[in-house]
Amino acid sequence: MSIDTVAHAESSPEHPQPFAELGLKPDEYERIREILGRRPTSSELAMYSVMWSEHCSYKSSKVHLKQFGDKKPETDKLLVGIGENAGVVDIGDGWAVTFKVESHNHPSYVEPYQGAATGIGGIVRDIISMGARPLAVMDPLRFGPAEAPDTRRVLPGVVSGIGGYGNCLGLPNIGGEVVFDETYLGNPLVNALCIGAMRHEDIHLASAKGIGNLVVLYGARTGGDGIGGVSVLASETFDADGPAKRPSVQVGDPFMEKLLIEATLEVLHAGLVEGIQDLGGAGISCATSELASNGDGGMHVWLDRVLLRDTTLTPEEILMSESQERMCAVVAPENLDAFMDLIRKWDVEAVVIGEVTDSGRLTVDWHGERIVDVPPRTVAHEGPVYERPFARPDWQDALQADAPTAERLVRPSTPDELRATLLNMVGAPNLASKQWITDQYDRYVLGNTVLAQPEDAGMVRIDEESGLGVAIATDCNGRFTKLDPYTGTQLALAESYRNVVATGAVPLAVTNCLNFGSPEDPDVMWQFAEATRGLADGCLQLGIPVTGGNVSFYNQTGDTAILPTPVVGVLGVIDNVERRTPMAWTQDGELLYVLGDTNDELAGSEWAHHVHRHLGGMPPRVDLERERLLGEVLVDGSNQGLLTAAHDVSDGGIAQVVVEMALRAGMGALITIPEAADPFVFLFSESAGRAVVVVPPDRESDFMAFCADRGLPIARIGAVHSEPGTQVLRIDGQFALTLDELREAHTRTLPALFS
Amino acid sequence: MRIGVVTFPGSLDDRDAARAVRLAGGEAVALWHGDADLKNVDAVVLPGGFSYGDYLRCGAISRFAPVMSEIVTAAGGGLPVLGICNGFQILCESHLLPGALTRNDHLHFICRDQKLRIEDTTSAWTNDFALGQEILVPLKNGEGCFVADEHTLDELEGEGRVIARYLEVNPNGSRRDIAGIRNARGNVVGLMPHPEHAVEELTGPSTDGLGFFTSILHAVVNA
Amino acid sequence: MARVVVDVMLKPEILDPQGRAVQGALGRLGVVGVTDVRQGKQFVIELEGEVTDERREQLHAIAAELLCNPVIEDFILVVEEDQ
Repeated sequence: MSIDTVAHAESSPEHPQPFAELGLKPDEYERIREILGRRPTSSELAMYSVMWSEHCSYKSSKVHLKQFGDKKPETDKLLVGIGENAGVVDIGDGWAVTFKVESHNHPSYVEPYQGAATGIGGIVRDIISMGARPLAVMDPLRFGPAEAPDTRRVLPGVVSGIGGYGNCLGLPNIGGEVVFDETYLGNPLVNALCIGAMRHEDIHLASAKGIGNLVVLYGARTGGDGIGGVSVLASETFDADGPAKRPSVQVGDPFMEKLLIEATLEVLHAGLVEGIQDLGGAGISCATSELASNGDGGMHVWLDRVLLRDTTLTPEEILMSESQERMCAVVAPENLDAFMDLIRKWDVEAVVIGEVTDSGRLTVDWHGERIVDVPPRTVAHEGPVYERPFARPDWQDALQADAPTAERLVRPSTPDELRATLLNMVGAPNLASKQWITDQYDRYVLGNTVLAQPEDAGMVRIDEESGLGVAIATDCNGRFTKLDPYTGTQLALAESYRNVVATGAVPLAVTNCLNFGSPEDPDVMWQFAEATRGLADGCLQLGIPVTGGNVSFYNQTGDTAILPTPVVGVLGVIDNVERRTPMAWTQDGELLYVLGDTNDELAGSEWAHHVHRHLGGMPPRVDLERERLLGEVLVDGSNQGLLTAAHDVSDGGIAQVVVEMALRAGMGALITIPEAADPFVFLFSESAGRAVVVVPPDRESDFMAFCADRGLPIARIGAVHSEPGTQVLRIDGQFALTLDELREAHTRTLPALFS
Repeated sequence: MRIGVVTFPGSLDDRDAARAVRLAGGEAVALWHGDADLKNVDAVVLPGGFSYGDYLRCGAISRFAPVMSEIVTAAGGGLPVLGICNGFQILCESHLLPGALTRNDHLHFICRDQKLRIEDTTSAWTNDFALGQEILVPLKNGEGCFVADEHTLDELEGEGRVIARYLEVNPNGSRRDIAGIRNARGNVVGLMPHPEHAVEELTGPSTDGLGFFTSILHAVVNA
Repeated sequence: MARVVVDVMLKPEILDPQGRAVQGALGRLGVVGVTDVRQGKQFVIELEGEVTDERREQLHAIAAELLCNPVIEDFILVVEEDQ
């Protein structure tokens, strides 16, 4: 078999090439020919096809994502912004935190365990490549209907994979989401988030600088994992018969990744590394082109030096391989021996595969023959940019007009009906206890987890001496986003923001994972345009920048796209984790208040979905100024001891909130619906900008004055009531439920379906 | 009081074990799996984690580490050794303790706050508890099901060598609800749950775990 | 060139939850009449040269000490010599 060299390409311009099979459009292929001034070699074609795929190049999303930079709020806390592996924020005391969320959706449909496991692996490597020690993970997950047979195939595998990989790495899982909806059947969403921390001086970037510096590939050997996975899986939707192509799935080795973490941190702290990059989607193609592109502009690679697990791989396959647990470091020659010693101490293999040059080109040789000679920027950063057509769907008006009024959807009104509805709701798959899942994750490892599920946000201590810590939450209501993508996305931001402030942390930065259908569908593209516009506007208004994120397109089967699902993650900081605000009450007699306004807003609610299978109307109003005010009250109020616990109101409304608080506390309460309120609306409305807080009786007047001074509407809704013997949650004048009944209904759903 | 904490490739709770030692008032000394050198410590902790990825069997590869040959010899001479979770697995694979740890009977990894009863207070690691004391300590494992043949189980029970038993819920199918055992001499203890995660109110379900680490400080002083 | 194959199985009296799970799955997939399933491991070791008696003994010892946990597992070692 002869190798397709540059020389051969120059001399055979008419040689037909399978660019379409590799996912390139004719105009993209032409552009490559223009860039090179000849036809590409098959290796170059492989590189471009993978790097210019939707997943790697963001070609359909770039024009919209630009807003995150254009509308970036003024802040001096952003140490590294969009464009690097992950964003980095200053949290004070010389500490910096890096965090990011990514998707691994299509692989998780194909092979749930490994798809989810390697999703964790990938995001963790992004974090260590910034120079941080990874500290925690979270998993926002979405599946088809809970009772669907395919969900029973996918969910347990995904959960096992996340646990299997994350637990073995020694990273506590501190939160996440599980949402069920019919649009995710066939298109599960597995998003993985990781946070890490480092001292300011340890921040590292992915650039190859310094002519003559060496490029070292270390970690696992390269095999045939996921060949073509990136460009194929993420850029093609599945048709009804299953995946269009069947590339090999990536298989993870968490033990190797644990060694990689320790080895990488050691070489970073020893000052032996000039630049570093992890190998994720597009493997060596990506790492080398990005390092070269970000650095002095030139790199030469001896591809035959790559250590192989499978010696039958062709150069094209080696370039495209997505074998896991591999990193690339740029090392000065004088540091090479020390670098290799430290890496090998951990029984990790390493080999020099290239060096930084001043050629302005990325060149790759295979046994002395030149097989790649390209300008790296064209591969890594100057991929196609599409301005996909988008237009408001013609069904949007009708959808928004179909509001869940009392005439349209029957509402429970008698005490018995309300009681039955509440009991039904707390057991709904989207509202039921997720403990069956979260008990499979280690939350304790590293000994710094201060808050984890089911609390509003995950919180970890960063500095054991000072107590400095961070909180992080992810949220997205896909139903709201379908009803109105702009508002829905701002509601996702608001909810995530609210979950962070509810724990007493001050929001600082945002990450996002934008999961959408096909960008070739103008309806979907409109949703995407509106969502990004909403998020950019919202972040500007709240003064917290987007530091980075991920886009996952093509989540659809045939014509049915998933609900537009822009998952928004908010990171906040707390001076001392001892001052955190937990979610539930602890003492008899404590008072319960709802902060914010409750209106008749049931469109897109869990009630409408679970009870009536209805989706229509306008989502709840979003008021970001109100959210900011609420945040200040929650954080400052907690610091001053005016409230001892807080829980964000979202899916399922106030009813869900008080049930969760009561079950967490193991203690009942007496809830009094405010005078003029309609009981159904009070219990199940999903108006935004609200939280339920617990106020010590002796601070009540201070608390009321505190809120009045700031113009935040509040309403007393009851008090903790703990009786000896059976604990009861009583809605005054309406109904009562024992905590045992509630617990049974709330906790049996998932085990019954998935055990 | 110098307590060694061994790090194998893949050990995860070594830092937490070291923290627990410090909080109890001892000095934590890092021991490397590849060095046959115990650095003159007064006791050793084999921490939790996934040494060698739990490949082959949990603890099966770690048990052949150079540091382990030193530990086996020293334990024979009375050196106190505490194996937590993966450490317990290594102790069984090394035959310093009888029985074996197998896959949880329900086949899932489980992380829960587990109630235990302390049933022996003569060992080097449990003398600071009261006999019958109930404690709340995190448990997190996928292969925590303790098994041994009937004869061995009877022997353990008969000689008072079960040091902790699961209460209310048996989280992994362990025979006779056994959560931890000791050797005859009482210097080697294996425990499935994680006392090092119950040492601070802020991050654990209780501070009950400290007792294991204060016990060893007393034991060393009194040795 | 030789291959040594070591099959490791849990002792009969040890609970095998994985085998049990597989048995359940077989039933759900319509395979009737399955009375038991046990899950084990197989190690395939490739060696240069031939397997002398000394080598065989060494491998046996390794199988007993490393590949198998004698407390809960049994093993069978078979040497396959290639032509």
